[in-house]
Amino acid sequence: MALLEVNDLHVEIDGKEILKGLNLAVNAGEVHAIMGPNGSGKSTLAYVLAGRADYTPTAGEVLFNGKNLFDMAPDERAAAGLFLAFQYPLEIPGVATMTFLRTALNAQRKKRGEAELSTPEFIKRVRELSGRLGIDQDMLRRAVNVGFSGGEKKRNEILQMALLEPRLAVLDETDSGLDIDALKIVADGVNNLRSPQRSFVVITHYQRLLSYIVPDIVHVLSGGRIVKTGGKELALELEARGYAEYQEEAAA
Amino acid sequence: VNAEVTPIKTAAETALAQAFAQARDRLPGDDAVAARRDAAFGVFAKEGLPHRRVEEWKYTDLRALMRDAKPLAAPPDAAAIAHAKSAGALLGDVETRRLVFVDGAFVPAISDLTGLEAGLTVGSLAQALAGGQPALAAHLGTLAPADNVAVALNTALMGDGAVIRVAAGSTVERPLHLLFVASEKPAASFVRSLIVVERGARAMVIESHEGPPGSDYQVNAAVELFVGDDAHVDHVKLIGEGAEALHVSTLAAAVGSRARFNSFSFVAGGAVVRNQLFLNFDGEGTVAAIRGASLLKRRQHADTTLVANHIAAGCQSREVFKTVLDDEAHGVFQGRIIVRRHAQKTDGKMMTQALLLSERAEADNKPELEIFADDVQCGHGATAGALDDDLKFYLMARGIPAAEAEALLIQAFLGEAIEGIEHAGLREALLDQVAAWLKARAK
Repeated sequence: MALLEVNDLHVEIDGKEILKGLNLAVNAGEVHAIMGPNGSGKSTLAYVLAGRADYTPTAGEVLFNGKNLFDMAPDERAAAGLFLAFQYPLEIPGVATMTFLRTALNAQRKKRGEAELSTPEFIKRVRELSGRLGIDQDMLRRAVNVGFSGGEKKRNEILQMALLEPRLAVLDETDSGLDIDALKIVADGVNNLRSPQRSFVVITHYQRLLSYIVPDIVHVLSGGRIVKTGGKELALELEARGYAEYQEEAAA
Repeated sequence: VNAEVTPIKTAAETALAQAFAQARDRLPGDDAVAARRDAAFGVFAKEGLPHRRVEEWKYTDLRALMRDAKPLAAPPDAAAIAHAKSAGALLGDVETRRLVFVDGAFVPAISDLTGLEAGLTVGSLAQALAGGQPALAAHLGTLAPADNVAVALNTALMGDGAVIRVAAGSTVERPLHLLFVASEKPAASFVRSLIVVERGARAMVIESHEGPPGSDYQVNAAVELFVGDDAHVDHVKLIGEGAEALHVSTLAAAVGSRARFNSFSFVAGGAVVRNQLFLNFDGEGTVAAIRGASLLKRRQHADTTLVANHIAAGCQSREVFKTVLDDEAHGVFQGRIIVRRHAQKTDGKMMTQALLLSERAEADNKPELEIFADDVQCGHGATAGALDDDLKFYLMARGIPAAEAEALLIQAFLGEAIEGIEHAGLREALLDQVAAWLKARAK
């Protein structure tokens, strides 16, 4: 059984159908890349998996670890091991990053019936992970993402992912707005977490990120459906030839 | 024809007139005080209870909200005094010098009057009025606006209160805590306090108000506060009245030159609350921070009305008021910064924000600037809105349950006002109050 199974998924936003019968199966330990032109439904897929309210599934199903994802609230999905790295991480004035991280981690642990992490253990863990991602302690004391640069926000997403240790991480255009150094740091962060138990869905517009996070499988999403699936070489092909032929295919 | 329209008196107005007529001769003070009471009562007799056609009371129609007037509270009995010993939980572990008032009467037996710091004098208003103290007469009633009906009623009916003096140059380390407790019997208390902090002195004064949840008692509390030149005064008001109480209170302050003055109002209790602050910046170069946080639920009505009156030049004032409203609560903020003609280089900024957690809650924000000088920096802002769904989703996507996510965002919203409190213990106590309120909400 696949860790994530998306069967014939249809999703509407404000009455407009964006995903039109999407199928996807991600096994434990696999890294899938989803590429596609703007407006093809990439971010919609990311949000609907995480459980955003205004994204309405109208048909099909999503099974996560065998369970119906749509029966779970966003926080329950997170506790079950689903993580979304946001394309545009939000700023939360007044909530210190450390408070946010600890509240999230302990809420998940509590829901899974695990003991909360003690404060010293927690601090040690965050220091270790943030050090590797080049996030300084001053950033952790500040309010979540407030005054962070685009690159810092993305690194903060990866820090959250590393701390929360999800079963499946969906990275929504994590490469957008990153310079090459930041891109490498983010990619290293992801690669450090790769394991036979953990899966990734990497959503991106460009091939560039996939040179650093090498996928097992590449899908092309166009017009709300997966229109082609291949190996990592498909990404290079797309980089060279663009999405034009798939857009025509989707329209047809 | 000159037809004088005499509105029909409400039950509350009639009862107040009766209460004054009956109490007039036994209220403390000499003939001069009695004359002052008569004059103040005359203001009420002429105006009646303020209603929505009076601009300052537009959103808090006291005539409609006050269905009756309770009899003046009798002196507290032994049971009420014993019960008051356990009051003051609002303050958590903050070490204070307690001055306890039960149903408006000072109770020295359960107050802490030992080892007063050098320069600190503490007494009761009833005693001071009875003793005809000249210093008191010189100050009392000079700050509170006489034409304000709530103040007028307070002046007419004031029974007791605190009289505090901090002599020039002295520092009072322990915060002074004026703890006002209502007993089980629904009654009305009118307390008036006079606080004089002289030149270069330093003190923190906390007034807290609490009472039983099931009693519709009434409190009218006024404080006149003199802050001398170069003095540093922190004033804190915690309104944690019982859920059915009517609370009207007034702070009238005159702040001298180069002073530091902070005032914080925390409103969590009471059915109807009117919190009035009238601040005069009389001396140059003063820095003031006036803040507040209100947490309202069910059908609570709480009104904060603030006038920051810049009379002298070169003062800075910052006003930040935050209100969280749930259920059918109604929050009102009326804030006015006045800059007089000679108050050049005034730097005044006021922000009021309401966070509505329910579609049925209502927030009325009325910030105003009245500027008569030409070289000032003043501004105001007002916002009202619901919790941000995107932020809530972001928190939930990290595994934080909905109620906890909302609590984090509400705490963050209030944080800007509460975290400005310099006293760490008090800040923690208030954050605990907020946490308790949020916990009760989540149930």
